[in-house]
Amino acid sequence: MTRLSKSLEDLGRNNEAALICFITAGDPDIGMTEQLVVEMDRAGVDAIELGIPFTDPLADGKTIQEASERALAHTITIDTVLSSVKKLRKTTDVPIVLMTYCNPVMQYGIERFASQCGRSGVDGVIITDLPPEEGGEWIKHARKNEVNTIFLLSPTSTEERMESVGRQATGFIYCVARIGVTGAQQSLPTDLKQLVRKIRQRTDKPIGVGFGISQPEHIRSIVNDVGADAVIVGSALINLIQDSLKAGKDPLEVISKRVAQLKKATRRNG
Amino acid sequence: MLPDKSGHFGEFGGQYVPETLMYPLQELIDEYARARRDPAFRAELRELLADYAGRPTPLYFARSLTARLGGAKIYLKREDLLHTGAHKLNNTLGQALLAKRMKKPRVIAETGAGQHGVATATAAALFRFECEVYMGEEDTVRQALNVFRMELLGARVVTVTAGSRTLKDAMNEAFRDWVTNVRHTHYIIGSVAGAHPYPMMVRDFQSIIGKEARRQILKKEARLPDVLVACVGGGSNAMGLFYPFVRDEGTKMIGVEAAGHGLNSGAHAATLVKGSKGVLHGALSYLLQDKDGQILPTHSISAGLDYPGVGPEHSFLKETGRAMYVGISDKEAMRGFSLLCETEGIIPALESAHAVAYAAKLAPKMSKDQIMVVNLSGRGDKDVDTVRKVLGK
Repeated sequence: MTRLSKSLEDLGRNNEAALICFITAGDPDIGMTEQLVVEMDRAGVDAIELGIPFTDPLADGKTIQEASERALAHTITIDTVLSSVKKLRKTTDVPIVLMTYCNPVMQYGIERFASQCGRSGVDGVIITDLPPEEGGEWIKHARKNEVNTIFLLSPTSTEERMESVGRQATGFIYCVARIGVTGAQQSLPTDLKQLVRKIRQRTDKPIGVGFGISQPEHIRSIVNDVGADAVIVGSALINLIQDSLKAGKDPLEVISKRVAQLKKATRRNG
Repeated sequence: MLPDKSGHFGEFGGQYVPETLMYPLQELIDEYARARRDPAFRAELRELLADYAGRPTPLYFARSLTARLGGAKIYLKREDLLHTGAHKLNNTLGQALLAKRMKKPRVIAETGAGQHGVATATAAALFRFECEVYMGEEDTVRQALNVFRMELLGARVVTVTAGSRTLKDAMNEAFRDWVTNVRHTHYIIGSVAGAHPYPMMVRDFQSIIGKEARRQILKKEARLPDVLVACVGGGSNAMGLFYPFVRDEGTKMIGVEAAGHGLNSGAHAATLVKGSKGVLHGALSYLLQDKDGQILPTHSISAGLDYPGVGPEHSFLKETGRAMYVGISDKEAMRGFSLLCETEGIIPALESAHAVAYAAKLAPKMSKDQIMVVNLSGRGDKDVDTVRKVLGK
């Protein structure tokens, strides 16, 4: 069992949902990424999602597009990110998930990627443009190396897909809260509860909700009303890092405070 | 028959897309399958192609060009004479009819040279769809005339400032729009690229080019051509010409890619000649990429060929050896452009000028009783400004 699965299980028993925080690796630089992971862990995050940048992130909105461009400007590669994870593993057991696109993984080599993820201490991987139908080889090697294959479901997924994708997903199912690209939004979509309920009826895997989640009230609503097992916050944190850098503030301090606030919202009111 | 049920041409093609797009792609596969069997759909498309677009386009024996080059007999498939000035309309009319059947009131498109954007805006005007066209900032400058044409036709042109500001980035933005507005929007992809069913569907709509050319050459020469030549960016005009000849093994098929400043300059768009396998825009195909799988910037004098990917079926034709792919540089393309203007009184699109330039290299090496068909995929009115700048006038 991966650190990720174990953590989700423990939290569930504890009547809490997991807070998963996404940042793009190498933005603003890889040293800062490592420090952010440590800080977020200290502030109570339950899992970290690190984005491996790709030149053509077609599922991402402006915030993550720009973060990817900044990271690529100093040549962040799969190897850079894996060696950071390896380094972090000496000091932290926080579950770490990588998120990227198909092509960097394919050029790295699918088998090699799966085995290096396993060896570096990566718990799961999300490949945004790899639906399970095209992912046979990836699934095989990820299983062999005990790396979770996190697949996505969205408001447009059919009931049949909820079942078949649910079968192939391990760790958790990434429920895309709204049709569209990533990016912080002001409110939650109204049909989210129904979507999560529909997925819940067709799979027993944990469900994480992401895309557009930015506020503690979003999280409270997702945890208490929608009933998800995890929430993913990404663009909102990247924006916060950028804003604090621009304002001459220490991003570590700002993020740490914010993560603690977000985490508080994941505890179910009894 | 290729592709297989899941959209693969051998190892190429497929559906490498975010989950949200899996359902709309399936919806499109189903609707296209129903439409293909529906005589009413076929009749409506046939009538539009004939009376609105102006099909069949002529297969013209280029006597002076042939005489100048002194080798194979050169025929030009005159897609430049099609309404809107390029082959793109064959596809946008077909897809607009599908959008109507799917009751989607809004269409979007990506465009490089602007020809596909104009063809989409045209179909949208005809069918009263709301229409937005994504175009890289660099292309809106070098193809400013087409931006204005789209606007005249009622489309909104969205300037894309991300990345390299060309066709690739326009396609990223169009995908992002589609993933957001998918419930009421149909994405009219302009090339034989993208996720299944696009490469198959666009090929089918464009294969009218090759079907006509095959019939026409048999009528004129009572035999099949020795060589087909067409330019390849994403590859829709080439696939349209090639596909009906795929089983005619005596007919060679040559795709001409943009070699930009030269195949070894690092500034080109010769995906099949210089690229390697990978995934971009929903399909596994050849790509121009670095060792980490990041997509490389491209360069071509022609906006329509300035793309780091290529349709998956072209990758398959290359891999199986059925088609051959070559590069023509900006300079050679300019010479092809001038050659056709002078010899035949035809101003070709800079994209098509690549095919003409390769034909001019190959024809003299062939014998006079051999036959070559060159796809003149578009006319060059849109490029006059670019050419004027290059010629320093």
